[in-house]
Amino acid sequence: MNGFGGFAVRRAAGAVVTLFALSVIIYVVFYVTPGDVAQITCGPRCSPAQVQQVSAQLHLDDPLYARYWHFLQGIVAGQDYSTGTSVQHCSAPCLGLSYQSDQQVLTLILAKLPVTASLALGSMVLWLVIGVGTGVLSVWRRGRLTERVLTTVTLAGMSTPVFVIGLVLMIVVCGQLELLPFPQYVPFTEDPEQWAWNLLLPWLSLALIESATYARITRAAMLETLAEDHVRTFRAYGVGERAVIGRHALRGALAPLIAVNANNIGVLFGGAVLTETLFGLPGIGREMVEAVKVVDLPVVVGMVLVTGFFVVLANAVADVLYALADRRVVLT
Amino acid sequence: MSEAVLAVETPGADAPGVSGARQFWRRLRTRRAALVAASVVALLVLVALTAPLLTALEGQDPTTYHPSLVDSARGGVPVGSFGGIGADHWLGVEPQTGRDLFARLVYGARVSLGVALAATVVQLVLGVAVGLAAGLGNRWVDQLLTRVADIFVAMPLMIVALALLAVVPTSFPRPVLVALVVGLVSGWATLAKLVRAQTLTLKEADYVAAARLSGWGTLRIARRELLPGLAAPVITFAAILVPTNISVEAALSFLGVGVRPPTPSWGQMLTSANVWYQAAPQYLLLPAGALFVTVLALTVLGDGVRTALDPRAASRLRVGTGRKGGRS
Repeated sequence: MNGFGGFAVRRAAGAVVTLFALSVIIYVVFYVTPGDVAQITCGPRCSPAQVQQVSAQLHLDDPLYARYWHFLQGIVAGQDYSTGTSVQHCSAPCLGLSYQSDQQVLTLILAKLPVTASLALGSMVLWLVIGVGTGVLSVWRRGRLTERVLTTVTLAGMSTPVFVIGLVLMIVVCGQLELLPFPQYVPFTEDPEQWAWNLLLPWLSLALIESATYARITRAAMLETLAEDHVRTFRAYGVGERAVIGRHALRGALAPLIAVNANNIGVLFGGAVLTETLFGLPGIGREMVEAVKVVDLPVVVGMVLVTGFFVVLANAVADVLYALADRRVVLT
Repeated sequence: MSEAVLAVETPGADAPGVSGARQFWRRLRTRRAALVAASVVALLVLVALTAPLLTALEGQDPTTYHPSLVDSARGGVPVGSFGGIGADHWLGVEPQTGRDLFARLVYGARVSLGVALAATVVQLVLGVAVGLAAGLGNRWVDQLLTRVADIFVAMPLMIVALALLAVVPTSFPRPVLVALVVGLVSGWATLAKLVRAQTLTLKEADYVAAARLSGWGTLRIARRELLPGLAAPVITFAAILVPTNISVEAALSFLGVGVRPPTPSWGQMLTSANVWYQAAPQYLLLPAGALFVTVLALTVLGDGVRTALDPRAASRLRVGTGRKGGRS
């Protein structure tokens, strides 16, 4: 288990460095931007005096290092913010307050997480079923027309941006056929049936795009396994094609599937920006787009950090699962 | 971006007497799908290059408003059947503004291909430079550059691109900025890691050792001895990058942070297309179809290039754990 401990420590250290670098990059970029953040935050009808006040309140006049230090302090020790009359305490890890709403950034992000998680996990089920199914089918029917058709469809799926397929699906299914309502997010805790019903189209759009990758991985890994000596031995012993493909070849695809899936989920937990924007789902991704448009620096930095955190975490989990699925892999 | 595990063999080792480039073309030609894709790509490039001619032929331009062609009483729906298709406007006009759709579509090809290619150049230059430096530099240089590349690989592409595009002032030429951002935040780091690995392998080759013994400098060795060996994996990677960049540009413009109006862009056209699909279905279908065909053709061509550069890789094609950008 020593190896695993070392792995965890190295990964954690690497994650901290990565997240630190990400926050510095975003801070510097925002800082060197000549755009008037105070004016944007205050609104177009603010007087110069009001803008001045907002600028002072948000510490926008402080030098870069001071603001960044302030930000780091908040993460480690928490922070007190005076918002007009009252004082708000933001306990560690504090990512600051939104310029727009004075809400704590972490609270804001966590409030959006259920939407994004619903989208990601639901569509994961679909893309695994569709993707792995397609992959297995194309191996089962290899060398025939089915395989060629599936390979072409897969390539097309890999090439389509999600907002193209989602837009077309939405217009056909909701607009023309009126089979489903135009998606409107309903929390799971409120009404599970409506939750699923409204998310069906976003799930499907995302899954159709993603499943192409899984179909390709499944097919490639299975073909590779089928070419190995031990499979030839199974065949020589009279193991049937169905068992060879279902039991042995599919196992070869397990490790890469886990790795890609974990990574994918990590990225999606940071917000499926396009899908959420297209279907109007109030998740992390859409919040990010809104925050970016009004240069809400604390929210943007917070989002980048949370997203980066999920990616790093997912990759570490992927590596562990990978090693569990394939004993030849050594964790480093 | 789907990052394949790329082949690292030197190309053209199996047929003496025939140059690598010649073999590459010969192999590419034998694949029908790749040929069709290449023709489509060539056509698209031609359309993009001749956009001013094509629109002149139609007698329109992409930015002129035609208020008389939209029915303001009905919220800006194009006048006439099929979204205003006619002899003057081959593909109809844009809802609300009445701008010519054909002109916007062909000028959109310029933005799409131009931005994607420019971003690819940024990615290639950065990736090869950083990768070579890491592979040839001393331990510290290597460590530092590898760390930096790792950070960029772990970056949430879409989010960082959004943030960057939001903060740069609008006075900066927008297509150039989009190309730079797409190039900077994605792709190059993975390429750099690939080039570094390949450089480390090539560095040990006898012909490089011979060059070093005859007193060649590091730069000259990099240029004369290493770059040719890097060509195959770099070209393969570039072929994957171009369609990805097109998707990312379309996505950013779709979100409203990419190319700004009045510059036409396919992604941007799709932003409001869902409002108009009943009155002017082509306003949705044309940019969506253009994007789909372009990205598909480039992907198929990329696949063909990969196979032509390393036929052995085709049979053991593995899609690695690469992160994809701009697709979700």
